Amino acid sequence: MLRKLLGGSALALTAAMATVPTTAVADGHYDGVTINILTRPGPVIAGRMVERGEEFTAMTGAEVRVAEVPFAEIFQKLLTDWATGTNSIDVGVFASGWGVELVSGGLVANLDPFIEADDKINLQDIAPYFRDFNQKVEGSTYFITIDGDFQMMYYRTDVFEEAGLEPPRTWEEYLEVGAAIHGMDMNGDGEPDFGSCTFMKRNAQSYFAIQSIAAGMVQSKGTSEGLYFDPETMTPKINNDAWKKAFEVFKASVAFNPPDVLNHDIGDTRGLALAGRCGMVIDWGDIGPLSIEEGSQIKDKVGAIIMPGSTEVLDVETGSLVACDDTTCPHAVDGVNFAPFAAFGGWTGAISATLDDQKKQAAYDFLSYMNQAEQSNLDVTMGWTGYNPYRNSQLDDTAAWVDAGFSEASAANYLSAIKESLNHPNMASDFRIPGAQQYTGVVLDRELARYLAGEITVEQALENIEEGWEEITDDFGREDQAAIYSLSLGITN
Amino acid sequence: MNEWLDRHMGRVFLAPAVTLILIFSIFPLIASLLLAFSRIRFRGGGFQMRWVGWRNFEKQFFGSEQFHLLGTFTTISLLGWAFGLACSAALIWWMFKYVRTHFTWVGFIGRLITFGMALGLSWLFAATLLSGNPFGTIGTTLFYVFIGCGVQFLIGTALAFACSQQLRGRTTFRVIFFVPMMITPIGVGYIFRMMADTTKGPFSGVWQWAGLGDFAWAADPWAARIFIVIADSWQWIPFVFIMMLAAFESVPRDLTEAAEIDGASPWQSFREITWPHVLPVAATVMLIRTIEAFKIVDLPNIMTAGGPGIATESVSLQAYYAWRSLDLGQASAVAYILLFVTVVICVSFFNLVVLGRVRKQQ
Repeated sequence: MLRKLLGGSALALTAAMATVPTTAVADGHYDGVTINILTRPGPVIAGRMVERGEEFTAMTGAEVRVAEVPFAEIFQKLLTDWATGTNSIDVGVFASGWGVELVSGGLVANLDPFIEADDKINLQDIAPYFRDFNQKVEGSTYFITIDGDFQMMYYRTDVFEEAGLEPPRTWEEYLEVGAAIHGMDMNGDGEPDFGSCTFMKRNAQSYFAIQSIAAGMVQSKGTSEGLYFDPETMTPKINNDAWKKAFEVFKASVAFNPPDVLNHDIGDTRGLALAGRCGMVIDWGDIGPLSIEEGSQIKDKVGAIIMPGSTEVLDVETGSLVACDDTTCPHAVDGVNFAPFAAFGGWTGAISATLDDQKKQAAYDFLSYMNQAEQSNLDVTMGWTGYNPYRNSQLDDTAAWVDAGFSEASAANYLSAIKESLNHPNMASDFRIPGAQQYTGVVLDRELARYLAGEITVEQALENIEEGWEEITDDFGREDQAAIYSLSLGITN
Repeated sequence: MNEWLDRHMGRVFLAPAVTLILIFSIFPLIASLLLAFSRIRFRGGGFQMRWVGWRNFEKQFFGSEQFHLLGTFTTISLLGWAFGLACSAALIWWMFKYVRTHFTWVGFIGRLITFGMALGLSWLFAATLLSGNPFGTIGTTLFYVFIGCGVQFLIGTALAFACSQQLRGRTTFRVIFFVPMMITPIGVGYIFRMMADTTKGPFSGVWQWAGLGDFAWAADPWAARIFIVIADSWQWIPFVFIMMLAAFESVPRDLTEAAEIDGASPWQSFREITWPHVLPVAATVMLIRTIEAFKIVDLPNIMTAGGPGIATESVSLQAYYAWRSLDLGQASAVAYILLFVTVVICVSFFNLVVLGRVRKQQ
């Protein structure tokens, strides 16, 4: 088992560094080695890592310690630890988009030599978006994916059937359908339920949802077009009619969300969805596996679709919306431009550049172990792990999903929605430049929250975001940011 | 040597404490002051620090963060003008009176700072709240400080006074009243957030029954602020209670008994004997609570994450969010602004209200 696991890694080590003995595959070779990992708290993401860590320890002797810190503090803890030379953390598991700043600071190990000779990781099985985009910076691999993230829309098949409705294809239809089913009793408790459940709380995940809505209105020419800036000048593409419409759609949907939706984060919306109280949910891939868990009231009652799109898209020159045609929307289907948003990009592991060779190898072997199909194809079927599919083999065969508890029809529907999103040529990428958190997690999030709360108009919100983004770009250096942004858009599906 | 030690023994004994204070208090203060005038970026091998002068402060008062710290200014309403002008006139009269009667340079400079702060805050109040404009984190923090501390003081003092009387079961109540203070503020935040959750909290049924199913406190700026004050009060009333209880119990019983024999009513006895006796403790309690309330961060962070919009965000929370996004310069600048406001208000309160009364008694 161990020989199978580490065969490729040992080759990589020999080829790349020539400092590690060829006995790298012997049982207990990593005795005395400790891998300190930093990631988010709770069973989600960290929990499965702890379990896989125990297996890894039994196989190799390396001890895997997982430290958990609040989501919002992961990045700066990691950055300050590595930049100041504290080096108490060996591996950081976070959003790959955040990692560009770490790579530009020379803080992350280049994993190319390890991957080259690793015959177990099977990179070709990883979906192109994650393999060529999420794991790489400037053409080199720095991150190992353990979770594939993008947002989709879920709807209650029974509720839609009862109401005689079709799942929405555009955001206008989403508003119509949401209003139509709002107030229906969706879980049989005699209480009226909600047309949709969306995380709209400030300092949570609402800024991902708004980007999902905006993506289909802003980006139409393919992944390389990007959502945020003119790649040459770094002028923000935010103060225009497309983002304005996205903001207005988001606010209009408050009417058929729970009354306290402005204080709902992802935990709240998932709780309501699993209790059968939501007609539609915007979420990552987690709802599918969570829907079959014990206590769920929506088992086999959930359909998944690609995020709704738009029949009008942004004309960058004028800042206004124009109707979709073959020129403006080359990837449109039946006149609707879809742009599934790779929100967050997924949890990925990065290794500190300062580790000694043996520890670096041990850390890589562990991340590779997590990523390999043998492990990950099972992990992604369990909702509580927080891991979503990112390998083709996880999407091609429904057997593992049926074994996990899905019905054949549910599994097929869920996987087809993922495949449609993941392989879409117009998939929209999340921020992958230094300061990513400030651009979206601070400025976009705050102005969106103020607009939703009625403090400011949509025009003021967009002006403020534009001003805030310009300030951040100037702080980080406009030319440097433009170069990294262009690179981040250079790879498409 | 022995003679030298004898002469310097005081300094030798003090040296460890002074060194610790220098390392753990003074050094961070100086370091954060430097940060407030810089932009900092972390990269391999350490960090890059760039001196930006007053830019981080300028941004808060006149730049893109003005709405965040101070609020949004459009036009000042008639009521705002009236309030602002009335406050200005009162403050100018107060300064004028001081200059005419007890002028000293030290006192004058101190009062000038107080005057500037009071004038600034009263016009801020006039231009935002009284003119229908949203106020920023300073306004929200002052709401938590003045309304929260006021409520806590009144209820805590009333409970303490009740428990200082010879009532049955008062020992049990003392313990019960004290429990909330022992819970961590983050725990209090989560408890209140869960209890006040209108869609799936334990009281959601009651909420529906009361016809408030469509009202969400978290979506209404004032309701959200009030809920945070309620949670804060629940936690801090015990502090006021325990301090004031000790003060009430230290009032010499023979004085109140003598007043009773002399025919004083309970109210007269309280006003003339009990209250003057507990006043120094009350002033200290309010001072401690005020300083603490200026730093409120846990409850708004947990209960509303500063929302809706920025309605419940305190200055400390604003600094925390800036720090969290690694904007250390801005975080430090905001923290120093808070420090300045807190020091001026607390010193003014102590100097003008507490010491003023002591001077009057003398």
